[in-house]
Amino acid sequence: MTMNTFEVPQDVLVDVRNVKKYFPIKGGILKRTIGHLKAVDDISFHILKGETLGIVGESGSGKSTLGRVILRLLDPTAGSIYFNGTDISYLNRKEIRPHRRDMQIVFQDSFASLNSKMSVAELVEEPLLVQTKLSKSERREAAVEIIEKVGLRADDRLKYPHEFSGGQRQRISIARALITRPKFVICDEPVSALDVSIQAQVLNLMKDLQDDLGLTYLFIAHDLSVVKHISNRVAVMYLGRIVEIADKKSLYDNAYHPYTQALLTSIPVIDNNSDATPRRTKIKLTGDLPSPADPPSGCTFRTRCPLAHDRCSIERPELKEKDNGHVVACHLYT
Amino acid sequence: MKNGPVLEVNQLKTYFYLRDNKVAKAVDNISFSILPGETVAIVGESGSGKSITALSIMRLINKPGRIVDGEILLDKEEIHRFSPKQMMKIRGNDIAMIFQEPMTSLNPVFTIGNQIIEILRKHKKMSKGDASNRAIQLLKMVGIPRAEEVMKEYPHQLSGGMRQRIMIAMAISCDPKLLIADEPTTALDVTIQAQILDLMVEMKERFQMAVLLITHDIGIVSEYADHVLVMYGGQIVEQASAKELLQNTKHPYTKGLLESLPNIDDDVERLGTIKGTVPSASDFPTGCRFSSRCPNVMEKCTQSNPDLMEIEKDHFVRCYLYEGGIKNDNEYV
Repeated sequence: MTMNTFEVPQDVLVDVRNVKKYFPIKGGILKRTIGHLKAVDDISFHILKGETLGIVGESGSGKSTLGRVILRLLDPTAGSIYFNGTDISYLNRKEIRPHRRDMQIVFQDSFASLNSKMSVAELVEEPLLVQTKLSKSERREAAVEIIEKVGLRADDRLKYPHEFSGGQRQRISIARALITRPKFVICDEPVSALDVSIQAQVLNLMKDLQDDLGLTYLFIAHDLSVVKHISNRVAVMYLGRIVEIADKKSLYDNAYHPYTQALLTSIPVIDNNSDATPRRTKIKLTGDLPSPADPPSGCTFRTRCPLAHDRCSIERPELKEKDNGHVVACHLYT
Repeated sequence: MKNGPVLEVNQLKTYFYLRDNKVAKAVDNISFSILPGETVAIVGESGSGKSITALSIMRLINKPGRIVDGEILLDKEEIHRFSPKQMMKIRGNDIAMIFQEPMTSLNPVFTIGNQIIEILRKHKKMSKGDASNRAIQLLKMVGIPRAEEVMKEYPHQLSGGMRQRIMIAMAISCDPKLLIADEPTTALDVTIQAQILDLMVEMKERFQMAVLLITHDIGIVSEYADHVLVMYGGQIVEQASAKELLQNTKHPYTKGLLESLPNIDDDVERLGTIKGTVPSASDFPTGCRFSSRCPNVMEKCTQSNPDLMEIEKDHFVRCYLYEGGIKNDNEYV
């Protein structure tokens, strides 16, 4: 594996090239590998500095696995990940450590991701302990600053996670992620466990912090309206592959892939027009997501696609640029 | 009998008696009714009392909770007076319930077939053979492919959407008059959610059931409910037909909820928010329970709790802004 030989455009922060993550499926008495679950199957994209790339997909589409591979919390099976121009895909534990402070993650369930036996101060200062040689008072100063920045009070630092509501706990998780001053933050369903009024507070906070600190986000979520609100560009995943990626406006106004169209029209929308304007016609999908361990041949979406034809079962469609920057993988457009 | 409401809830109060003489008024004076074939939705955030309302109707409130007052009428029968034994006959028979997470409602060690047959034998006193045939018929009705095989499978072998279909099959197995669905699609993906909600509508129409739909998703309310109750702090704060409520929103809380939702159809730079968090049920502010978070709060609001007032025909609001009618509404929009 060569290191850093590609030339990366100046304004790209994260560049993902042909990344695959296969999990072995073991079976039989000898627990031999009898197959592979292709959680992430040949994915390439890049994220520009300061932008938010949204990733949407249903459960089992591989969106969380992708996030973990990019952060090297999981090792890629193949492909390369460039972070700020450096190939980090095959660095060992020691080599990756200096990069960790630049990339952080916020998880969905703040109950599970915050140690209940640690105070807020301990939780928020912990990354500094690992990553820096700051003194106790410097750490404390940094923690107070970030705690106030995420909208908590400085004296909240002595409390424990259970004393906070879900929205406030998510603020603690954000403070913990931001204290090392990362360039890049992966947000894995950060608001899906929250009530709508709290969800809006946290989304606004994340936008403010992005402007303030110049952050780049990879925002993983299943809620298409939330992703639309926060993202600049959006990628749609289905069974380990990106089926469509485009500018937010282009994707939501003019989706090409039948799966994206179905996702967009499946969301129940609030009808508060007093005039009887006709609704967008819903595209209903039948059946469930096939098992990623045994995906259909050709286009993996064809078993649920209302527009599938013969070619779809034989040949896998590749991502092709349809309009400027609007990329789609579907035989309808080739 | 046909035209009267299937369910009537009058001034229901369910309180939880906590330590230190604290009382959590989880459901405080709720009244509503549901007609056959009608869907009434309860919307609210966590802690608003929407699930406790459902559990009270099922009479599934355990200590330290207690239904302290109010009437629950099912087809004019006063089921709030029923003994636990009588209630066991009602539950699953006349009232069925489906929950958010079907995996926790299905028994993992019995096959799907076993679990449906058990209900039919117990409630309908069917023979084993009849029950088995009926179970297969039910599975086909809720759109389960290869129903005969699924009968022999265990819950873990099925996907979330399929499990929720099974729950619906079990719920309709005894032709209930009332179906209570508590966040039935929250755990499901959007494409599957659409399938399940459509199935519920189909079953409702086929059996002329009354449906009580509990959800936090106002989009679902808009598309599937006839009538809506917005709950906050154990009380109804706004109540109207779904269309009226969404087009002519009155209560500051309902407005706040709608503004805080990111909308797929239009773009806003910042979402509206409701400041603060839902107060705990044992610690409501004095006066209006929303006063601590309300952007339009007045002095009066912190002193006494407004009544639920009918401001237009069939549109009820619990807010002092509308005390003198709705003529000066625009000032507060």
